[in-house]
Amino acid sequence: MEKRVVFQSRILPYLLLAPQIVVTLVFFIWPASQAVFQSVLQEDAFGLSTTFVGLENFEVLFTDSHYLSSFYVTVFFSTSVAVVAIACGLFLAVQADRVIHGATAYKTLLIWPYAVAPAVAGVLFLFLFNPNLGLFVFALRSLGYNWNHALNGEQAMSLVIVAAAWRQISYNFLFFLAGLQSIPKSLIEAAAIDGAQPVRRFWTIIFPMLTPTTFFLLIMNMVYAFFDTFAIIHQVTMGGPGGATNIMVYKVYRDGFVGLDLGGSAAQSVVLMIIVIGFTVIQFRYVERKVHY
Amino acid sequence: MVENRPWMTVLTHMVLVLGIALVAFPIWVAFVASTHTLQTLLNPPTPLLPGGEFFENYYRALTEGAKAVGAPVWSMMVNSLVMALGISLGKIVISLMAAFAIVYFRFRGRIFFFWLIFITLMLPVEVRILPTYKVVSDLGMLDTYPGLIIPLIASATATFLFRQFFMTVPDELVEAARVDGAGPLRFFKDILFPMSRTSIAALFVILFIYGWNQYLWPLLITTDESMYTMLIGINRMLAAGDSQAEWQVIMATTMLAMLPPVAVVVLMQKMFVRGMTETEK
Repeated sequence: MEKRVVFQSRILPYLLLAPQIVVTLVFFIWPASQAVFQSVLQEDAFGLSTTFVGLENFEVLFTDSHYLSSFYVTVFFSTSVAVVAIACGLFLAVQADRVIHGATAYKTLLIWPYAVAPAVAGVLFLFLFNPNLGLFVFALRSLGYNWNHALNGEQAMSLVIVAAAWRQISYNFLFFLAGLQSIPKSLIEAAAIDGAQPVRRFWTIIFPMLTPTTFFLLIMNMVYAFFDTFAIIHQVTMGGPGGATNIMVYKVYRDGFVGLDLGGSAAQSVVLMIIVIGFTVIQFRYVERKVHY
Repeated sequence: MVENRPWMTVLTHMVLVLGIALVAFPIWVAFVASTHTLQTLLNPPTPLLPGGEFFENYYRALTEGAKAVGAPVWSMMVNSLVMALGISLGKIVISLMAAFAIVYFRFRGRIFFFWLIFITLMLPVEVRILPTYKVVSDLGMLDTYPGLIIPLIASATATFLFRQFFMTVPDELVEAARVDGAGPLRFFKDILFPMSRTSIAALFVILFIYGWNQYLWPLLITTDESMYTMLIGINRMLAAGDSQAEWQVIMATTMLAMLPPVAVVVLMQKMFVRGMTETEK
């Protein structure tokens, strides 16, 4: 779609665009191309010499067991976060959609955790599950279960999943509630007259009509778990124990800033860029057209 | 609901209340912890009811901070506020200008610039941290407000939102403005800007939260305690080294760090929902 009527001016449009273009070039395009460029170079830690090594950094990456395990950890982590957060959000939205009185009040009471920073979510759960003084740890101990996420990889993983999903429930709740409220009531009434019970009505009518929303949320939650959970990992586990929660974004940071492996870190950045591009393409091709609010 | 079964309604309400309680529980525990002495917290189980140290802990946090970090929380709060406002206002201003240029002018390279901006959608700061850090350090912007703000304000979501909105503005308005002899800047100031106010407000809410909650970027580029944002301050307090982390101060700081974005969401709920559904699309 184009505007029929436009203004004529030689320099004004360039002046208007200038700030955004300058910032984009300096802080986006230049660093991103540097990352691509560096990913084919081998540099020593002091930056004294560089050699062109082609795709060797990537070869090293994909044969490195640490990187592969970080890849699996990321996939497991983001899928779990998405599934947990979507299931809880959907369940609560269905309940809120049912009540005639107070739906707005419930909405207000449920959406605010979205404003809580991932870093803060990390601290909250770190406190609740602190091996020395955490409330949940105390409760688990009295049930005979020993909790120490600093030593146990599976416990560390479940902790970061819960912390990451906690904040995302409200986001999913909001989108599901909007989706539910746009389903024509006559459809559900017709099914009820035909004798379909609530559970059956949910799976045969309501849920299929929510698939576009669910798919959209799946993508958004995956993107969130991939990129926005850095703070949670950094606060709660630092990628440990033994790399059990070392998600890819955290590994880029660790290898680049702590390990000073510039080529390897750049190659990892490039892999991440390809993943983001993949998500963006899916989002635009499938989600854009099919989701209606 | 289709059927009228009172016990079902009661059950639904109960489930919802339980859900809210579960979601709010971590925050409640944090609040309770911020009102006790460290000594109480170190002897589990943590109490579930507030203690009497509310004023002491918050006063101490605001004026001194924890022992591990030399900066008081009020100065971190100022830094977080400057960063959040800088990102939200900066992004809105440059996006309005860029979207206006792309929609209302025909000029050489328009499509090229459009795609250049579009690409940034695919480059979150997390995937290009090292080279971006290098650029910022070469420009001497480490430990400065511009360094905290500018690298984060260019992303394209806001530009696309305004572009989409401008597309829906009827052509007749431009025609009328031109017949009346108004230039582009006049048209922007008197017609387009007032019409965009709700979009701007919705976007502001979302961007303020985004800016306030930034973590990775300030973590990288602030080394001076006086430049810490609240979230970085909390992280440094946790990493107390050999000494015991001062949980009562950390929890007070956490509550303070949560307050502004949560207040914005609760007070501007309508704007927030609008901003969220629009920007995420």
